Amino acid sequence: MEDILKIGGKIIKNRLFIGTGKFASYAIMKRAIEVSQAEVVTVALRRVDSSAKSENILEFIPRGCTIVPNTSGARNADEAVRIARLAKASGAGNWVKIEVVQDNKYLLPDNMETLKATEILAKEGFIVLPYMSPDLSMARRLVDAGAAAVMPLGSPIGSNRGVRTKELVEIIVREIKIPVIVDAGLGAPSSACECMELGCAAVLVNTAIAIAEDPVGMAKAFSDAVRAGRLGYLSGIPEAGKDAKASSPLTGFLREDA
Amino acid sequence: MVIKINGKTESVEKAYTITDLVSKKGLSPEKIVIEHNLRIVPKEEWDGIALKDNDAIEIVSFVGGG
Repeated sequence: MEDILKIGGKIIKNRLFIGTGKFASYAIMKRAIEVSQAEVVTVALRRVDSSAKSENILEFIPRGCTIVPNTSGARNADEAVRIARLAKASGAGNWVKIEVVQDNKYLLPDNMETLKATEILAKEGFIVLPYMSPDLSMARRLVDAGAAAVMPLGSPIGSNRGVRTKELVEIIVREIKIPVIVDAGLGAPSSACECMELGCAAVLVNTAIAIAEDPVGMAKAFSDAVRAGRLGYLSGIPEAGKDAKASSPLTGFLREDA
Repeated sequence: MVIKINGKTESVEKAYTITDLVSKKGLSPEKIVIEHNLRIVPKEEWDGIALKDNDAIEIVSFVGGG
């Protein structure tokens, strides 16, 4: 049976989602997305800086990609809703990653405000992907509020610390029916692979790719790691044990007492 | 008269429309969205909206983000 990820009525073949921040140039970002064959990419919305003659990022996102504006900069539900509506008006579709952050040191999300924004935007017909602190009750509430997926964090945004929230993410994966996408903190391909082995539907990676020495190579590495992890999960990873269990036969040894 | 653009106060001439503002700032209409006193204004309406004293305008566009 084919392994299909479906979100908001869209079939997504590549389970690596890429964030577009911090790349040295849009041209490098474009190559990274192309090489990884990512199909879902996030962008942010900001005030236009008329002093900077800036290029249009949308022109550098390969055709066919689903664009997911985030609500970064929002400190509460109302601000997130406002940003989401502006993003939709710009014609990038109706997907949105809710990001409500009040804490500037760790950039950890405010789950309550995130829930409020999810409720409002899902009712308006948005495909809502809320970035959240991994908490099962909140994940359930987000499902009830109409989220299309939940995005628990692995570790603080841009920290490259990996999936420190593993046990909690695993519980959410086991208990809720909508896709679980680990977002934030994945610093190396192995971390992305680890998330996929847990049964996550996808991962979102930005910093680790964008600031790598070779972002294009790193995008490919993450893509391969995500694929490997997914296949490992689907194939059924055996339980870990404490004692050794010989892989070679325990009979027919070349010795007298065998 | 005085209007607020992206949080900064600027003075503009009278009978100034959103279209005037966009072209004066050298912005490409296809990459921006405009909010006028907290209301998102569809591009078709830009021409018909003359700005008034103390109006607040937000001009936003997409940038890289995670």
